[in-house]
Amino acid sequence: MNEFFILMKQELAVTAIIFLLLFIKIGKGIQHSSLLSLVQFLLLINFGAGFFFNQSGWLFGDMYQTTPLIVFQKNILSLGVYLISLLCADWLKKTEHLPEFFMLMLSALLGMFLMISSGNLLIFYLALELATIPVAAMANFDLHKKRSSEGAMKMILSSAFSSGILLFGISLIYGITGTLSFALIPGQLDGSTLQLLAFVFLLSAFAFKLSIVPFHLWTADVYEGSPIAVTSFLSVISKGAIAFIFITILYKVFQPMGEVWYNMLVILAVITMVIGNLFAIRQQNIKRFLAFSSIAQVGFILVGMSSGSEVGITAVVYFVLIYVFSNLAAFGVAAVITEQSGKENIDDYKGLYKTNPFLCWILALALFSLAGIPPTAGFFGKLFLITAGATKASFIFITIAALNMIVSLYYYLRVIRAAFMDKNENPISAIKLSPSVKLGLIICGAGIVLVGLLSWMYDYIHSLSL
Amino acid sequence: MQPGLYHILFLSTALFFIGVYGFLTRRNLITMLMSIELILNSVNLNFIAFNKYLWPNQMDGLFFTLFIIAIAAAEAAVAIAIIINLYRSHNSIDVENAEDLKY
Repeated sequence: MNEFFILMKQELAVTAIIFLLLFIKIGKGIQHSSLLSLVQFLLLINFGAGFFFNQSGWLFGDMYQTTPLIVFQKNILSLGVYLISLLCADWLKKTEHLPEFFMLMLSALLGMFLMISSGNLLIFYLALELATIPVAAMANFDLHKKRSSEGAMKMILSSAFSSGILLFGISLIYGITGTLSFALIPGQLDGSTLQLLAFVFLLSAFAFKLSIVPFHLWTADVYEGSPIAVTSFLSVISKGAIAFIFITILYKVFQPMGEVWYNMLVILAVITMVIGNLFAIRQQNIKRFLAFSSIAQVGFILVGMSSGSEVGITAVVYFVLIYVFSNLAAFGVAAVITEQSGKENIDDYKGLYKTNPFLCWILALALFSLAGIPPTAGFFGKLFLITAGATKASFIFITIAALNMIVSLYYYLRVIRAAFMDKNENPISAIKLSPSVKLGLIICGAGIVLVGLLSWMYDYIHSLSL
Repeated sequence: MQPGLYHILFLSTALFFIGVYGFLTRRNLITMLMSIELILNSVNLNFIAFNKYLWPNQMDGLFFTLFIIAIAAAEAAVAIAIIINLYRSHNSIDVENAEDLKY
């Protein structure tokens, strides 16, 4: 019984916060600003609690497993949610349904926790649905905006369709192997045609959720339509969670078919990076721009994933940690500017440095980190991803990845040039940052610099993933 | 003639691809949702058939089917709520009319 509480501590903490919000909602209700501070405090406790009493073990037969690596991955996600609650505080205070928003967001987070810990395809499917259905409801949170409902419609239809495809793949796997457990499936796989078909179904469902290129069409529309807090949640937290479980499924469940999925990942990674970069170049809206840049980043994650060893796991977890800081910093700056001035176009950022130097520096730091320029952590993240990809020694593939980094520099620097160098008659006026937004931006900035410089961080993740 | 595993698999695969075809060609949101339900039902058939003919001593497939039915209901509830909201702002449930977001 004791073990139950220790192994499921993060899930239980998130559930407790959800129930607390539910009681606040059905009770008399409290002021939004104090509720927001309460939730921020609870999320901080939730993040801190992840560091204590780490044990590995199994629960419910083979359904639920946890290891120190899984706890660390969950901590990354909790940190991301805490940062979102800080960075989007201005928007959150204004929205009418604050408790509902956090209930939906935390249910999705709970689903992601269970998904990362799952050891069986049944619980994996349930957790995946718990992680996607609330996000679709969140995408519709600006109830009166046309674009928000359009984005939510695209999100729910494409995610329902992709989970249908996933289920068809799972049903074929069940037919082939007669089991749903991650531990027992690999022994039954030998690479027959039916197994390949089942694997392709599963892979395409994951590609939908992770927005890998032939399946990415919903991404930019949903990102642009939904409120910016939801966009940052979608692009950072859900992507990170799906990437973590995707690694587990590839490395553990489909380990006998390693050669097959290596080739598939190489092709998907190349087209994802190329198309993501080419489309990011021509975007004007900052949210759409960040959407395509996040598609390109997923391509780099696939490069690291293709290595198929614990170096790949380390590189991906490390990169996602950096990606949380850098992408949330970029989204945080965009959220502040959108909230204060209503402007979302990159051209509106011209002359931003004159009026808002602090925001500008954070934006520059974030975009340098996303582009992978040395002093920032993004460089080390990309370096380890590409090193992990190079362990398989297909150097054409690694060269294409490196060339794509150069292309991505162009469009990241375009935003920085607009903010720092371009002249503008009426730039965005000086914005007074609220304390929580400032705290969030400083945490992100410190994370971008420190995670790269503190080398024990990588060693620590590596020691967890062995 | 007793129906065998192949008959049921043929039926479920046909149902799956009818669902995919409907999802890709229909322009009415409710019909697209119905196509997704077809896909999910084909998966249910698959699970039950595999459970009955190939792995009769275990219940995993049957349990999975029960969960799929429940989740499909939840998914349809959220989807219909979103579609109703879309209808309020667009006065239509045709996907061709929801075209603000484009390249």
